[in-house]
Amino acid sequence: MPIDELWAILRDFNSHALWHPAVAASAIEAQEAADQVGAVRSFRLKDGSRIREQLLFLSDLKRTFGYCILEAPALLRDYVAVVRLRPVTSENSCFWDWRASFNPPDAERDRLTRFVRDDIIEAGFAGMREFLRSGRTVDLRQAMTAPAARAGAEAVEIVLTRYGGPEVLQPRIARIKEPGAGEARIRQTAVGVNFIDVYCRRGSFDLVAPGGVLGMEAAGVVESVGANITNIRPGDRVAYACAPPGAYASMRTMRADFLVRLPEALAEVDAAGLLLKGMTAGFLLHDVAQARPGSTILVHAAAGGVGQILCRWAKALGATVIGTTSSEAKTQPARSAGCDAVLVYGDEDLVTAVRRLTSGRGVDIVYDAVGRDTFEQSVACLAPRGHLVSFGQASGDVGAHSIDRLASRSATLSRPNYVHYTDTPEKIRAQSDRLFEALKGGAVVAARPRTFSLAQAAQAHAELEGRRTTGSLVLIP
Amino acid sequence: MAKVYTSAVIPAPATAVWSIVRDFNALPNWTPFVADSRIEQNKSPDQIGCVRNFHLKDGGRIRERLLALSDYEMSFEYSILESPMSVDNYVATFRLIPVTDLDHTFAEWTAEFDAAPEREDGLVQSIGQSVFAAGLAALKARFAR
Repeated sequence: MPIDELWAILRDFNSHALWHPAVAASAIEAQEAADQVGAVRSFRLKDGSRIREQLLFLSDLKRTFGYCILEAPALLRDYVAVVRLRPVTSENSCFWDWRASFNPPDAERDRLTRFVRDDIIEAGFAGMREFLRSGRTVDLRQAMTAPAARAGAEAVEIVLTRYGGPEVLQPRIARIKEPGAGEARIRQTAVGVNFIDVYCRRGSFDLVAPGGVLGMEAAGVVESVGANITNIRPGDRVAYACAPPGAYASMRTMRADFLVRLPEALAEVDAAGLLLKGMTAGFLLHDVAQARPGSTILVHAAAGGVGQILCRWAKALGATVIGTTSSEAKTQPARSAGCDAVLVYGDEDLVTAVRRLTSGRGVDIVYDAVGRDTFEQSVACLAPRGHLVSFGQASGDVGAHSIDRLASRSATLSRPNYVHYTDTPEKIRAQSDRLFEALKGGAVVAARPRTFSLAQAAQAHAELEGRRTTGSLVLIP
Repeated sequence: MAKVYTSAVIPAPATAVWSIVRDFNALPNWTPFVADSRIEQNKSPDQIGCVRNFHLKDGGRIRERLLALSDYEMSFEYSILESPMSVDNYVATFRLIPVTDLDHTFAEWTAEFDAAPEREDGLVQSIGQSVFAAGLAALKARFAR
């Protein structure tokens, strides 16, 4: 790689969040520039530890910079590191020299030396190679060479480069505009990952065009508000779960009346894992179909994010709940969520098992977000006048089916779309009030989500699609 | 390639001298020949790449870009973008080294540049004496006890 291209990335003291595999999130303190000598970067490693480092020198002439550790959990006393690039003129590339010195206690010398060499420096080299291979650098360079005087605050967002697999999600640096009339700017501390994001990414829904930003849900703190805002103030803890997409970002400006103020007891990270899924469960159980005392319901993917909430809430409403899961390992979370019975796909024919559990009658409601793989079985599991609520297609599009088969059970089929239940401030208020009420009463619990860094959005998507997850996934900017 | 080299011993601790000269926008505060100075584009004077735009008391305007700054070695480097002097590839380095036995400071101010051969000697003389040496003398005077 030509020396100037690598230097353009490295000279940004905050860029390690994009390319170093150990760094989960990083920010420059006190709103200083990332190339300002004396600037302090405060960052979190993926193992959760926090480190603060200060830029001691930076030379565009010699393409070198050095920094020291101000605070770190490891015993890295007097730690000073120097990065220097030298041109390799024979092949228009460069030599990257990165060295560190520190004063370890004697007993820890070997372990800490290995740690710095392997986990910081060598891992950084490998991470940069991967970062360069991924092609994500283009946006970064554009962001860096753009005029410095643009209005707005700098943030990292995850852009949909084209429709496709998880790899189409790439980080870029963006300017987040000042809030206009009726708008608020939110410093987002947790971003919810939902299957609707996967549908948007694949192009199944046309909510996000390539070049746009995914995400319907996040929580954080109001940073500033525009004119005519009465419902919130800067400093308020808020969350949202609504269209338009654009939540995969460290900061966002959006309509203030779509924001929901968080109850004291609800942490932001938990809110980002709960709000969209909880409001979904709320309207599925109350508005789309009605789970009542005495009704029997079948919840597909009962260990999933929405699945667990549906089961617990339906149970609290008095229903009998049968859950399905894709593996034996997931039966435990499904049971903990309140399922009276849990069926594992493939263990036994689903329809036979449901008939057995319901004395041959079938279930009153099926909640099915699996889609293609389960649709026919879901129809077959219904009791007379049963209701199939098909609210997702995790396994693929449901495809074309004859409605004639519904007649054998006088079945009702619903295909609700989240957006239509949450597209006005009034609807959002009603849904979120109901959710927070259920939370207070224990019908809904906010489980601690599994977290990824914002830059790992692609990995989070891969896990979600790979059916390897239980509960909610949240990205931490 | 012409070279200018000047140095002086300032009767003050290096950290005290550094706190004055580190500010890329502070020439009017410590040199006798700069009338005013500003950093362009609202950048901070310790942001690498920032440009200082200043007027000499004789009226000339100079723009210089900060290329490097080290709190570690107490040094900075800069290049000239525009000046009335007609020099090319001008890069100057300012460096402080502690003189430990007296707790004084050894200050070096050097530059390299290209110019028309017949003008080189005159430029070396004027930059070395009227600018660098005059600046260092002002620092010495400031800390004289």
